[in-house]
Amino acid sequence: MKNRITEILREIRSEFDFSTSSNFIEDGMLDSFDIVNLVTMLDEEFKISIEGTQIIPDNFVSVESICSLLSKYVKE
Amino acid sequence: MNLHFKNKKVTGILTVLPAHEVHFEDEMENYNSTIAKSLKLKAAMGFNKKRIVADGVTSADLCIAGLTHLFDNETLRMEDVDALIMVTQSPDYIMPPTSNVIQGYFGLKHDMICLDINQGCAGYIVGLIQAFMLLDQGAINKVVLMNADVLSPKVSKKDRNSNPLIGDGASITIVEKSTDNEEIFVSIKMNGEGAFALQIPAGGARLPSSPETAILKEDKNGNLRSENHLVMKGDEVFNFVQTEVPPLIEELYDYSKIGKDDVDFYMFHQPNKFMLNKLADRLGVERDKMPSNIVENFGNSSGVTIPLAITFNLGDKLCNQKYRLCLSGFGVGLTWAGMMIDMKDLSLCKIIYN
Repeated sequence: MKNRITEILREIRSEFDFSTSSNFIEDGMLDSFDIVNLVTMLDEEFKISIEGTQIIPDNFVSVESICSLLSKYVKE
Repeated sequence: MNLHFKNKKVTGILTVLPAHEVHFEDEMENYNSTIAKSLKLKAAMGFNKKRIVADGVTSADLCIAGLTHLFDNETLRMEDVDALIMVTQSPDYIMPPTSNVIQGYFGLKHDMICLDINQGCAGYIVGLIQAFMLLDQGAINKVVLMNADVLSPKVSKKDRNSNPLIGDGASITIVEKSTDNEEIFVSIKMNGEGAFALQIPAGGARLPSSPETAILKEDKNGNLRSENHLVMKGDEVFNFVQTEVPPLIEELYDYSKIGKDDVDFYMFHQPNKFMLNKLADRLGVERDKMPSNIVENFGNSSGVTIPLAITFNLGDKLCNQKYRLCLSGFGVGLTWAGMMIDMKDLSLCKIIYN
């Protein structure tokens, strides 16, 4: 799952190296529209619908936080 | 707050849209974003094309075009209009009320009430509530509810938060007394502590428009807008809608004793496709029962998106079939509201272009 998340992040913002950041939001790598795109792509990739109330910046600060969010919907 | 009405019905809905269309791609280069990123945003949010007025066309102009259509084809007789309600955030003047201006334009009778209401995305439901309350009076048999907004001149072309989605439009809904005994249920809530999540900062008494308020300033995401422009705190609005609207609709199910599957269509305000689809999923409503095709075809025209969703998706079907509709509007105020209403045998349900 982590690899696929990293690939999707690269598709959205190819200019950044996400492995160097501990907080994508504070480091300016993802803005609110990037999060909309990210959620749309994660929904499609994992055949889920992330709840609207879960679409808050704290859930998208790192690959780990995104994994933690997805674990509520996807069983690996 | 829960409200209950009886012996009222909607008998006609007309929406009036500008003839001029603007495509997302036409304005994409204005935004501080790459083309690839803008196109991804377009797909996720459902941006495609929108309808905006020509320079100088106002909310009243759209309503006058609609009323002229109704009077000319005798769907509505001037002498039958007992109340004229105008719900808008873009009135022609600070004073007088736009509803009075429209009354004067047509020379309607003096023995009637004109009323302006400043409401936005939930304005269709607020306007219907007002119409139903007026119809409780013996002297009032027919209310004409106008919802109209021309906000395109109030949006910065360089603001990708707002400009891609804002469209202009108007709707006219005829509301009358009924002997059918059908019931209408409403749940509505407001929270003024969130009032500035959607705002036009300058132009009122608190901050009059001036050369200073017209200066474009860049926000942290590279959007350029002035204090004369609409500003939307998108994250706050999204979280408000996702947090507050589902419990409100569940409260409405309980109050009306109408279950989720008893509703034929969910005609919700349409800020963007992403937000609406998330609401549908959260409520467990099939997406084809909650149309989300207004923003992509016409833009978000604030309080007009609900009647536009009805006229665009149901149209003539409502002239000879009965549908149970769950309406919901949410946004400016902050205001969020839902309504269970049956509609049938409308005298007209259509869109005209002006």
